[in-house]
Amino acid sequence: MMTSFLFRAMDARAGVFLAIMAAVVILVPVGNLLVPHGSPFHVPTYAVTLMGKYLTYALLALAVDLVWGYCGILSLGHAAFFALGGYAMGMYLMRQIGTRGVYGDPTLPDFMVFLNWQELPWYWYGFDMFWFAALMVLLVPGLIAFVFGWFAFRSRVTGVYLSIITQALTYALLLAFFRNDMGFGGNNGLTDFKDILGFDIQADTTRAGLFAASGLALVLSYMICRSITRSKLGKVLVAVRDAESRIRFLGYRVEHYKLFVWTLSAMMAGVAGALYVPQVGIINPGEFAPANSIEVVIWVAVGGRGTLVGAVLGAVLVNFAKTWFTAALPEIWLFALGGLFVFVTLFLPKGILGTLNDGWSTLRQRRNSSDQEDGTGGPRPQAKQSEDAPASTPPPVPAMSRAGASHPQPAE
Amino acid sequence: MSNLKSIFVLFCLVAGLVSPALAQSDTESLRSLVDALAKGKYAETEQQIGALVATGDPAVAPALQALGAGDLYFRKSDGQVFIAEKDGKRFTLTDPLTLEVEGDAGKREIKKIKVNNKLRRVIRSALGSLTLMAADPNVRVAAAEAIFKAQDPAGIDALETALAAETDDNVRLVMEQARAAAVLNSDLEEAQKLAAVETLSEMGNREALSLLIGVRSNSEGAVRDAANHAVEKIEKSIAAWNTAQNVWYGVSLGSVLLLAAIGLAITFGVMGVINMAHGEMVMIGAYTTFVVQEIIRTSAPGLFDYSLFIALPLAFLTAGLIGIAIERGVIRWLYGRPLETLLATWGISLILQQAVRSVFGPTNREVGNPDWMSGAFELGQMTITFNRMWIVVFALLVFAGLMLVLKKTPFGLYTRAVTQNRRMAASMGIRTPWIDALTFGLGSGIAGIAGVALSQIDNVSPNLGQGYIIDSFMVVVFGGVGNLWGTLVGAMTLGVVNKFLEPYAGAVLGKIFVLVFIILFIQKRPRGLFALKGRAVEA
Repeated sequence: MMTSFLFRAMDARAGVFLAIMAAVVILVPVGNLLVPHGSPFHVPTYAVTLMGKYLTYALLALAVDLVWGYCGILSLGHAAFFALGGYAMGMYLMRQIGTRGVYGDPTLPDFMVFLNWQELPWYWYGFDMFWFAALMVLLVPGLIAFVFGWFAFRSRVTGVYLSIITQALTYALLLAFFRNDMGFGGNNGLTDFKDILGFDIQADTTRAGLFAASGLALVLSYMICRSITRSKLGKVLVAVRDAESRIRFLGYRVEHYKLFVWTLSAMMAGVAGALYVPQVGIINPGEFAPANSIEVVIWVAVGGRGTLVGAVLGAVLVNFAKTWFTAALPEIWLFALGGLFVFVTLFLPKGILGTLNDGWSTLRQRRNSSDQEDGTGGPRPQAKQSEDAPASTPPPVPAMSRAGASHPQPAE
Repeated sequence: MSNLKSIFVLFCLVAGLVSPALAQSDTESLRSLVDALAKGKYAETEQQIGALVATGDPAVAPALQALGAGDLYFRKSDGQVFIAEKDGKRFTLTDPLTLEVEGDAGKREIKKIKVNNKLRRVIRSALGSLTLMAADPNVRVAAAEAIFKAQDPAGIDALETALAAETDDNVRLVMEQARAAAVLNSDLEEAQKLAAVETLSEMGNREALSLLIGVRSNSEGAVRDAANHAVEKIEKSIAAWNTAQNVWYGVSLGSVLLLAAIGLAITFGVMGVINMAHGEMVMIGAYTTFVVQEIIRTSAPGLFDYSLFIALPLAFLTAGLIGIAIERGVIRWLYGRPLETLLATWGISLILQQAVRSVFGPTNREVGNPDWMSGAFELGQMTITFNRMWIVVFALLVFAGLMLVLKKTPFGLYTRAVTQNRRMAASMGIRTPWIDALTFGLGSGIAGIAGVALSQIDNVSPNLGQGYIIDSFMVVVFGGVGNLWGTLVGAMTLGVVNKFLEPYAGAVLGKIFVLVFIILFIQKRPRGLFALKGRAVEA
């Protein structure tokens, strides 16, 4: 009974989310392109770009939520995959500039001419073709995540140690991309893009198109994540999060499960980065900064980890607040962000959605138990246990059986 | 030419120091000698130069210098000699003895004192011997070094005269080396040259090396063999010194890492708390130093040399109290959720950074080095700066002090008990919440005094802590949690490895290699170099 109810609730929520997304993806470009300028319903282009940026952030947050919320891998290096995807897209966009650059070199990007490079380094080959760049957007972050995860999960590096080495990973990449002789533009990164797939990157229609693409990518990734988390695989993941050793003893190859979601999540982050770059018009090594990755984690924490929709909500809310604060009260922003970190971890450990959800299900249970006065009389679900369990999912695991499991090991 | 210029500057300095003293009595007799330079032909001029040198007075050096450079003129009206410098159409006249400007003159009123190559040579060696006999040993050393660099055979005679009179052993050594360099460039006989090669090979530094390499390619026979041998010997010793220098740099970097990481090792090790605000504690320590120095500057400038000693306890208290406040206010609600403490302390670090930025401004703040922290000394072929040396000493002292606290005090005993088995410790009557708070305060306080030390070598800005946080984590994770020896070994290893990679890979790539190495290392030993064993591991 409970189970099916919860599933129904989840479905309803997913439905609401998808409906909202569909509305956003359709209405915003329409408001920008079709509604005339004077109208109150007109969406200015900068707002489209801004919201497009939020959507890519939301996608990144979704990727983090998949590994952190469902598998207990706290990655402090997801911005690295984001930036790698961004660089792959940036390389394609650089090649598209062609002779319109400052130095007018048909193949070499400006910064290479400036640094007196004679020919294109081998790893820039192929990036003049979109399909190749798009493939690289998925493959490069995926491959790095796979190799990294392969080593890390096999040697059972978990918890804090894993978080710290993910941070070391992004820090090492940050340092590497700052070097001029890496061939990625060094400090300045890649910028001054002209067009994408033949469309002018500055044009309103292109912007609207990119916005819609970001929205679609988000919806698609959401559906992938949901189908994963609702499948048997998803249950194993949650179990790995809550009691890794136990799952291993039950005969599951924990590292394979982890490696799968980890790589998938890195690819999603890469896609987010690839959509981010044409909209903001620049990619530089600053994107690798460890602080960025930590900020992504707080988006997820604010929205509610292990809820997917919460990650999206958190990313949009926090970034909206950031845009507003940095414009209106720049002094205050870091105080606000810092305060948010502290407040959320102390008072909203399950995030906005998790807390709402808890309240909702408690209410539901009360009504249920009063309905079934003469019911099973089993242990009251959701009472004490939820304190140990980290930011619980809107549990697809029936609450009854959860209560039955005596002491789940802390996931972290 | 630049050598001559530097000698000239030196002369001017010496002359400037000396000339007031002899202003009254000697100046007149010197002036008549200088004026005599203008009379007669080359031969007479040469004699006059000899007479000037015979006075042994450094004050005549500028005049000789100018004569050699063709800047010495005499006034047609009264025959007085000046150093003249062309300034537009007219010449500025400078008195060659007092070096004061005496007015100016048109082109017609003065006449240049002519010199030929022979005279120039005479002047040069005269200048050399003049300063080689100077009263100040530093001037004598400088003169000998100048001859060494120029390898001027003309200086040999002067050097030999000077050597005969020299009593200071250090100066003698430099003079002998200079003589050897000059001999190798002369056409003296082979035995002399062999002795000279020997002298240079004793010298053993880079200058001697480059000189000998020159000798090796320009000579033949026995001298060439000797030079070859000496070059190899010096190269070997320089390589050894290079290694030593790298080790020193590595230890120096390692001690900085140790200072930054040691407080973290305590909080992380004892409480399993990932304190991302640790770097900000370092920053607070550095800013405490700044404030202390500001107050000293305005109210008691005499205490400036002691500012760091005053700042140390204050930084410890400030950072420690802030640490305890953080623990009581935030962290204690989050025990058992290490990843969430990470987020909360990250938030705290943002708040602290912004607070410091609002109070002290976003720019770098000037923290001065006390006298005993500045300067450097030579150890063999290495240069060691005092501030680096004191920081190494300080880091080791802090480490030793902390070890003492943990091993020999009741508080240390409790702390270790809580680290090893929290529940058991609690059952034995240890008030674990208090220990947690105090340990966190101790860790933060140590970070604060690390900040005092780091303020001496780094920019004091709100971002100071950010630069250290990742490195500190690497050190702690590499060394192993809950073990201070691990932190020491980890910090020193990473420091030395980093410095040894730098010459081959460059600073940035070296650092990347170190990070990759740590990532791989964690795979092999997921709990660090010195892992805790037993039940504590899984907690």
